[in-house]
Amino acid sequence: MRAKRTGALAALALVGVAAAAVAWAALAPITVASRDELFAIPQGTWARRMAGDKVEILPATIRLTLGVNDVLLLRNLDDVPQVFGPALIMPGQSFRLPFEAASTYSFACTAHASGQLQVVVDPMPEPGWPTLRWRLRRWLR
Amino acid sequence: MPRAIAALCLAACVFAVVAVAAFAAGAAPPLKAGSFEPPRAAPDFVLAGSDGGALQLSKLHGKVVLMSFGYTHCPAVCPTTLATLAEARRSLGKDAGAVQVVFVTVDPERDDVATMRQYVAAFDPSFLGATGKPEALAAVRRSYGVVARKVPLGGGYGVDHSSSIFLIDREGRLRAQMPYGRDARDFAHDVRLLLAS
Repeated sequence: MRAKRTGALAALALVGVAAAAVAWAALAPITVASRDELFAIPQGTWARRMAGDKVEILPATIRLTLGVNDVLLLRNLDDVPQVFGPALIMPGQSFRLPFEAASTYSFACTAHASGQLQVVVDPMPEPGWPTLRWRLRRWLR
Repeated sequence: MPRAIAALCLAACVFAVVAVAAFAAGAAPPLKAGSFEPPRAAPDFVLAGSDGGALQLSKLHGKVVLMSFGYTHCPAVCPTTLATLAEARRSLGKDAGAVQVVFVTVDPERDDVATMRQYVAAFDPSFLGATGKPEALAAVRRSYGVVARKVPLGGGYGVDHSSSIFLIDREGRLRAQMPYGRDARDFAHDVRLLLAS
């Protein structure tokens, strides 16, 4: 009888903790250490391409969120210039592109077979379900 | 003893305020455009200018240059860009004289000097157009990472092209690149920063 009660209490406590975690994830303001979303071309990418390796550097669509990770930071660590997203970036150079409006942006991009890069900038999620969904997507990424 | 502690606290507060103020004064406000770190010298070129002379980019040192690539038959992107740059320039007041807009064609077949002159002047008489031989223009595009591709359009053709605007500072360094669609106020903001730096 006592063991049954203890088990029920433990289950209740577990549900309470889970509910508190969900409430936190849905309502706590989103804070980040840096708003940069970094993509880097590793050294040797050009050489690998020349050797016939189909290296994909950037995803076809990049998703950013205003106020959270709304600065696209492209860094060329390779030994040759690269057209990376919208910019020609020299070896050792970075390109920092901030976004201030939620929208879908299209850039010509030779790093993609399609020649196009899409950047989707989402608005800062509202507290509640949108924030919870945003966190879940982030954790699952 | 309490006096000593109070004095120490006061000194710490003063130090903190001074440190924060010094940091704030030292940190340059960010550009609205995408910025290159570190910036490189803007690739130089000589093309035919819409004013009838040779247009050499490096001769524009001392001015902030806003440079875009496009063509006079462009249905939407180029007219919007040039109208935005004209508005930005007007909003700068007396600083407008320190800004030069350069419009480089991606369609030399149709954009000769006279066509470019008429086209850019419709937006702002100070704007300069640049045209030249296809291979010379292709070399300029390559040096800036600009892409342009002829596509069938109606009975004729259009040109799909990069739509960013390049921001070159007074020392001739390629500092930033503004994506298409930004407001004239964003350009004015960045030009003021480049003029002040």
